[in-house]
Parts: sequence; structure tokens; C-alpha cells
Amino acid sequence: MSNLYFTKEHEYVKVEGDTGYCGLSNYAQEELGEVIKVILPEKGKTINKGDEVCYVESPKESAKVYSPVSGEILDINEKLEDEPELINSDPYGEGWIFKIKITNPDDIKALMDEEAYKKYIEG
Amino acid sequence: MNKTKLNNAHKKLKGRMIEFAGFEMPIWYSSMIKEHMAVRTAAGVFDVSHMGEIFIEGPEAEKMLNYLTANNVSKLKIGRIHYNALLTPKGTFIDDLLIYKLDDNKFLLVVNAANTDKDFQWILDKGKKFDAKKTNLSEQYSQIAIQGPESQEILQKIVDIDLSEIKYYRFKNGKVMNVEAIISRTGYTGEDGFELYFKGNENEAEEIWFKLLDIGKDKGILPCGLASRDSLRLEAGMPLYGNDIGETTTVLEAKLDWILKFEKGDFIAREALDLQRKRGVDKILVGFEMVEDGIPRPHLDVFRTAEDEEPLSFVTSGGYMPFIKKNIGLAYLPPKIDKIGEEIYIGIHGGKKKAKVVQTPFYSRKKK
Repeated sequence: MSNLYFTKEHEYVKVEGDTGYCGLSNYAQEELGEVIKVILPEKGKTINKGDEVCYVESPKESAKVYSPVSGEILDINEKLEDEPELINSDPYGEGWIFKIKITNPDDIKALMDEEAYKKYIEG
Repeated sequence: MNKTKLNNAHKKLKGRMIEFAGFEMPIWYSSMIKEHMAVRTAAGVFDVSHMGEIFIEGPEAEKMLNYLTANNVSKLKIGRIHYNALLTPKGTFIDDLLIYKLDDNKFLLVVNAANTDKDFQWILDKGKKFDAKKTNLSEQYSQIAIQGPESQEILQKIVDIDLSEIKYYRFKNGKVMNVEAIISRTGYTGEDGFELYFKGNENEAEEIWFKLLDIGKDKGILPCGLASRDSLRLEAGMPLYGNDIGETTTVLEAKLDWILKFEKGDFIAREALDLQRKRGVDKILVGFEMVEDGIPRPHLDVFRTAEDEEPLSFVTSGGYMPFIKKNIGLAYLPPKIDKIGEEIYIGIHGGKKKAKVVQTPFYSRKKK
């Protein structure tokens, strides 16, 4: 089983115990095109599921990133400041945007697993 | 959805397809930035077959076009082209376009894809009383643009005319790989280049397209989509219909005074524009550059100060420009604050980011 869970807005959370790495799905990065800038969230901030936390900019648009789960932002991927294109090249690996402490494990249940997400984007 | 004759070619090249003006078109193939840079430094090819081609022919063709547009069509010589605009009686834009003088009483109008039907209907209605035949051949014509400093050398290998004899904004009839074409030294990128208009079928269009890519490969030619077409034209300070000009903005407000020729006599918008010229405009299109970090996008609010709550205006076009590596945009501002260096603020992501008014074009190529 994969530990990736997705929102309808194409964010993902990669769950590791009670923390999760959040970013944009492969589908989202393909739709956006090359990422030219990432405006990272604030470290230490407590956020709710569905909150607008940061922005990913492509030549054509500024995509809002909504948090897939509630919790505290433990870390942000500062590497994206110099290499925003990691979101394109490795969305689920080096292209993560923020790491979150998951306060409500039930949030995960409301998300799609990989298989359900695949069906969702194939629509 | 409409498809151009190059639709399969785009799919073979894995172009990311979107709907634009009722056509399925590539927005980019690999990367908008790489495509943009290819045109500035080498060459790029664009399928612009979605553009409209309207032919006007007859003893009163010139008279009709002078009446319907801003520029002076009587000044055009055969083999030459000018930038012009179809105007409403208020002096606002039905469309902006290129006019080619094909013969003494024959002209080709190249219009925006989204406006082709509207323009044609407008010309039929407003040009009814003139003795001129109006024909919309948009569906029959394909159009390929090859743009960038290496364009001439690449295109020369597949045409039967000497391209060095075609000066800027002029055209010749010739053959491109045995297909009859109008070959003009024009474009929408701010770079040297050519546009080819021809009636060939899908195979012929594809042959030309792939041949250009093949010949230009060593020089770094790339197929280019709509995203780089938009960023290239914006970097070069050219207005886009629907964003920067339209039916609510006049030629004077858009700072396109240079295409407005009152000396030609009467025309559809003469009275309104003459009055506006005397009274002055309330808003004028200016270019700005971000001072603080942030990418200005179309429709974002423009503020006079960082404290203001009421926006002054909005961004009409904007974005990150790959060649000059700057975040820039266009907006209509009151004429009292259109001076170079004037500070304005753009509402980005809930905050107000400082920008300054700058000279347009943002980029101009070095002339040889």
C-alpha cells in the first residue's frame, strides 16, 4: 500500500506516522507546466485542513495550495526557493512543499488513496 | 472544437493541448521558457492557423478599409503590410489586424481567431455600401510563423524566393516546398521572422512544419505553443486583443496613436477620436515592472499606494518574462500617473507589492 493521499484540488500528503509531507500531485504539476517560483508557508504555523497555505507559480498561473490535513507546519522545503522545478521533476520526493504534524488522523480518511485519485483524474 | 491542419503534428510532438478561441491548440510542447528563449536566441515555429484571413476585393476596397479602420490604407503599396485596427464609432477596437496590399484593389486582412466571425460580420454590415467583395477564407488557410534570428537561414532552404529581398513588413508570393504561399516578414514576438499563409492540405502543412523543425534542429529550433507566443509578445510590449485592447478601450487610450491617421479624411471613429484627442484621455495603457517580489497576473488590482483600499485599475496582461528575467505587466492608469518611475502597487496574494511604471517595449531586439 502506498502512503500517498490526495485532495480533489490535487494536493497530496505522504503519511509517515503522525507527520506528512505535502505537495502537488504529478497530475497537478503537469497541468501547471514548469514551476518558476514557490511562495512557501510559514514554519511553525498551525493550519486547518482546506486552508490556503502557499502558492506555486507557473508561467500561466499562480496555483493556490490548500492543506490536505490540519496540523502544525514542522518544516518547509527551502530547496524550492532555488530549485522550484523540483516540483516538476520529483513531485512526490524532492518536490515536497511542507511537512506537517497531523493533529487529526481522521483527515486522512476523507482523502483519496492512489487508486481512487487515479480514477478521479481520469474522470 | 475546431482543429488546424497541424493538429496531428502537435499531438505527434506531444504538445499540451488546450482550447483557445474555439480551436484545439498547443499551449506548450516541453517548456514555455525554453520555447521563449529559442525564439530570442535561435528560432521557433508556431502554428497560427487559427488566425482569420479575410479578403477584400473591388473598386472601393481601399475606400471601405479607410472608412472602417484607423490607419491610412491609401499609403500602402502593393507588397507591403501595415498594422491597423477595425474601429467602432466610439474609436474602440472591434479588432486589431494586419492588412496586406495584394493588388491595386485587393487586400488581405489577418485578424484574431476569436474575432474572425465578428469582424467578418462587422465588415459585411458596415461595409455594405461599398463596392467590394468580402470573403472569409479562414478555414482554407493555414498559417505558420517562424520567428527568431535564425529564421531566414532556415526558411530559405525550402522557399523558391530570395528572403533577403523581403524587408520588414513586406511580403512576396512564393513556393514553400511546392506549395503556393504568401511569405511575409512579420510576427508577434518582437523578433525577426516570417509568416507563411498557404492553402495546402494536412499532409502539405505537416511536411512544411516538420521540414522546418528538421532543418533548424542544429540551430536549436523548437516548436512553440501559445504560452510562449503570449510571453514573447508581452515582453515586446505588443497589446493582446481581449486583454489590453477591446471594445471598451480606444486607440488613443491604448497609446496606438501612431496607427491613427486623421489626414485620410472621414472614417467611422473620426468624430469620437477627434473629440478625445482634443479633450485628452482619462486612462492610458502603461507598462510596469515589479520592484517587490511577485508575479502580476491579468485581472489583479492596481493601487495608487500601499494604504489604498480602493483599486485604481487592474492588470490587463502580466507575467514573468523569461528573456529579460523580470515580472512585468500592462495596465490602464490615469494619465497623471503614467510617468516613468511612478510607483504603483499590485494586489498579489492578499498583499500589496510595489511596482514602477517603465518604458515599453520591455524588450527590443538589437537591429543588425
